[in-house]
Amino acid sequence: MSRISCKDYRSGSLEEKGSLRIVKETLFRLLLVAAAITSVFIVMGIFVSLLLGSWKSINEFGLNFIWSSTWNPAAKTFGALPFVIGTVSTSFLALLISIPFSFASAIYLSLYLKNGWFSGLLKFSVELLAGIPSIIYGFWGLFVLVPIVRSFEIKLGFIPYGVGILTASVILAVMIIPFASSMAAEVIKLVPQDLKEAGFAMGATRFEVIKNIVIPYAQGGIFSGILLAFGRAFGETMAVTMVIGNSNAIPKNIFSPSNSMASVIANEFTEARGDLYLSSLIEIGLLLFAISFIVNAIGNRIMKKMDVKK
Amino acid sequence: MENDILRIENFYAYYDKTCILKDINLKFAKNRATSILGPSGCGKTTLLRCINRMHELSGGASVKGRILLSGKDIYTTEPMIVRRKVGMVFQKPNPFPTMNIYDNVIAGYKLNGIKLKRSESDRIVEESLIKADLWDQVKDNLYKRGTFLSGGQQQRLCIARALAMKPDILLLDEATSALDPKATSNIEKLINQLKHSITIIVVTHNIAQAARVSDYTLFLFMGETIEYGKTSELFTTPKDRRTEEYLTGKFG
Amino acid sequence: MNDMVKKLKLRQIQDKLFTAIIGIFSIAMLLPLFFILFYIIKNGAAAINWHFITSLPKPVGQTGGISNAIVGTIELIGIASLIAIPLALFTGIYIKEFEKNKLAAAVSSLTDLLQGVPSIVIGIVCYLWIVLPLKSFSLLSGAVALAIMMLPMIIKSTYHSLRLVPESLKEASLALGTPYYRTVIKVMLPAAASGILTGIILSVSRVAGETAPLLFTAFGNPFMNFSIDKPVNSLPLLIFNYATSPFSDWQKQAWGASLILIIMISVLNIISKFMEHKWKTTY
Ligand SMILES: Nc1ncnc2c1ncn2[C@@H]1O[C@H](COP(=O)(O)OP(=O)(O)OP(=O)(O)O)[C@@H](O)[C@H]1O
Ligand SMILES: [Mg+2]
Repeated sequence: MSRISCKDYRSGSLEEKGSLRIVKETLFRLLLVAAAITSVFIVMGIFVSLLLGSWKSINEFGLNFIWSSTWNPAAKTFGALPFVIGTVSTSFLALLISIPFSFASAIYLSLYLKNGWFSGLLKFSVELLAGIPSIIYGFWGLFVLVPIVRSFEIKLGFIPYGVGILTASVILAVMIIPFASSMAAEVIKLVPQDLKEAGFAMGATRFEVIKNIVIPYAQGGIFSGILLAFGRAFGETMAVTMVIGNSNAIPKNIFSPSNSMASVIANEFTEARGDLYLSSLIEIGLLLFAISFIVNAIGNRIMKKMDVKK
Repeated sequence: MENDILRIENFYAYYDKTCILKDINLKFAKNRATSILGPSGCGKTTLLRCINRMHELSGGASVKGRILLSGKDIYTTEPMIVRRKVGMVFQKPNPFPTMNIYDNVIAGYKLNGIKLKRSESDRIVEESLIKADLWDQVKDNLYKRGTFLSGGQQQRLCIARALAMKPDILLLDEATSALDPKATSNIEKLINQLKHSITIIVVTHNIAQAARVSDYTLFLFMGETIEYGKTSELFTTPKDRRTEEYLTGKFG
Repeated sequence: MNDMVKKLKLRQIQDKLFTAIIGIFSIAMLLPLFFILFYIIKNGAAAINWHFITSLPKPVGQTGGISNAIVGTIELIGIASLIAIPLALFTGIYIKEFEKNKLAAAVSSLTDLLQGVPSIVIGIVCYLWIVLPLKSFSLLSGAVALAIMMLPMIIKSTYHSLRLVPESLKEASLALGTPYYRTVIKVMLPAAASGILTGIILSVSRVAGETAPLLFTAFGNPFMNFSIDKPVNSLPLLIFNYATSPFSDWQKQAWGASLILIIMISVLNIISKFMEHKWKTTY
């Protein structure tokens, strides 16, 4: 019956010898491990380099660096408080503005219109918005939003800078809405169908199901989504740099020009004369890195837990 | 027993510290079909996977003892070579989704980097598919994806893929449990044809199937061989109470 | 009874109101998008012509182009891909295949964290690593910065696509006597290819618009540059420099460059969508 009558390849003699295979096998595994270790080294390296780079500034100013409000390169005194305030206030305001929009669209996408042209349009737009580079948001903000804010300020009797915290926050909000919305939609989709159906079966309206079943169930995920969106906002550089006004003084109100941690780096890094100046800017980078580390670690942990529950 | 091709001697298999197979001693007859029966979790799959050295791929797995294929200990042979001589068909049909039917059949050569002449590979494909009783159905669609076939056809494609390596032994682990009755009976027919030219070991939960396809039957229970013998004898006059209870459906 | 009916009415009104409110917010969300696209297309289209795409920047007053920025963007992305793709691919395979390993878990969480690191920070680090030792802004430093940004996305997509490959496929290959490394390369990677490629293209589209990490690395350059140790221009850098300049000529060109950048990114996104669906491996 066995009519197949060609050479016997199974002994492996015609193919790689056992020892050669083991060499290749080992090389392959080594390559994988080496790549993984390189990736680890890159992240570690980022941290170590930032730490070393900011050593002068840390030595010179210590903890005062964060609390001091004078940023004066001429006098060689560097305090990051104005930028911390600028970053925190713009991110926070942006989050406030974006929450209703991202929340509404997430609910729309995940609970109301799973298909249909409007949900398609919404999804497509969210993706498109997420794909627009921040430099273009900044550019648009500078030429379209700034004049609008300026006329607004004139009406209200503020100094009509146009640029400032409010403008930066609006741009930031527009930028984080798609991110927050798609993340919230993911979280809401995790709510089990039978839970929702149980609610409807009891005669609850859609609003009541959302309020009493969906949101309580998804609150952990929604919280971490907000956290991750915040993480996005505070590290955002270009769009903010272009519309925040680049003033190193502590902002007086939301119309004041200011600087965020990222934008001061973007503005001054290449022109920084002197080691201490550069070191101080690097320390701001270190702070950004540290905050992103914490925010993402917490947010990712919650997200992972949610996944496991599913 | 008749002329045996595979011998298992004082064999133990472990997952971490748990002993899954205990002191197995068996001989498998050449060009016969043997079925392995036993309740779920008794170690049937583990035993099969030890025979082609797939067991050691799971984390924490280890073995003790000897398995001799044509008199040669497989645990001192290159595992790759053992696996080429001992083909395996799995519970769920698993053709390679990125390959067409033709390439699926000679996957064992392709994946191992063995260059075949076109005429040679054509012949292997045709003969393997004929043996697997699939040739007539696919000969006009050899360059279509294997995943477009029906479940039963896919399983026969997997059998053809194993046969293409001209294995000495073919292992089938519940190879029909994902198939409908028609496809199942086709595979059973196929086993009955094939067993004249190749040694076949099947694991099955279907007692009637074991009776239909196998010459010998092994009853495994909690990792131990309880009873082993000619299928006709084991089914009509089981010596062990547990075998009898299993065959009459009291447990398992 | 009447009370119940009234209450039900009230609840229904409340429900309708809620639906209306979230509908309005969802629509309002779209406004900035249309606004932005409208401005870019209107102003950008006016600036774009053949001359604009193919010639070098000129001093204010003469009509120049952005060819060096287009070429520079392609150079930066090309070199970044050469660095990032192999590294990320192997790292992704590692964390999938050695999932139970401590190192794999560590790499996996560090990758998540790397994704969250602000891009300006990556720029600083590449300045310290490459610009300082070479004593010059350079194509290389910019490409490395972009590569670091691409890493986490490709690692994650490799990992997730490989996880979708059923274990049974790997076993089928091993059972045929295929060595492990060949199984990974010839069976698992092809089966995961569409997902991995999608991830690669998305990561390219993400970094194509990155500006912050290039500010102190690639830096920008008014001329065409092909050497790896010289500064190079890119579309986002050019947009930044022109948009913040006081010359309306340059601002117009920045709109044109923005439109070209958006088109590039959209094309990449469309290709990735296409791959995700049409090339998907069916098991
Ligand atoms: N990867 C593994 N790690 C640890 N233990 C395992 C692993 N695979 C199987 N086991 C254990 O080994 C024992 C035997 O499993 P095996 O798969 O061989 O049983 P089986 O007889 O094939 O069962 P079934 O009929 O359900 O397929 C079981 O108790 C199982 O829990
Ligand atoms: Mg089993």
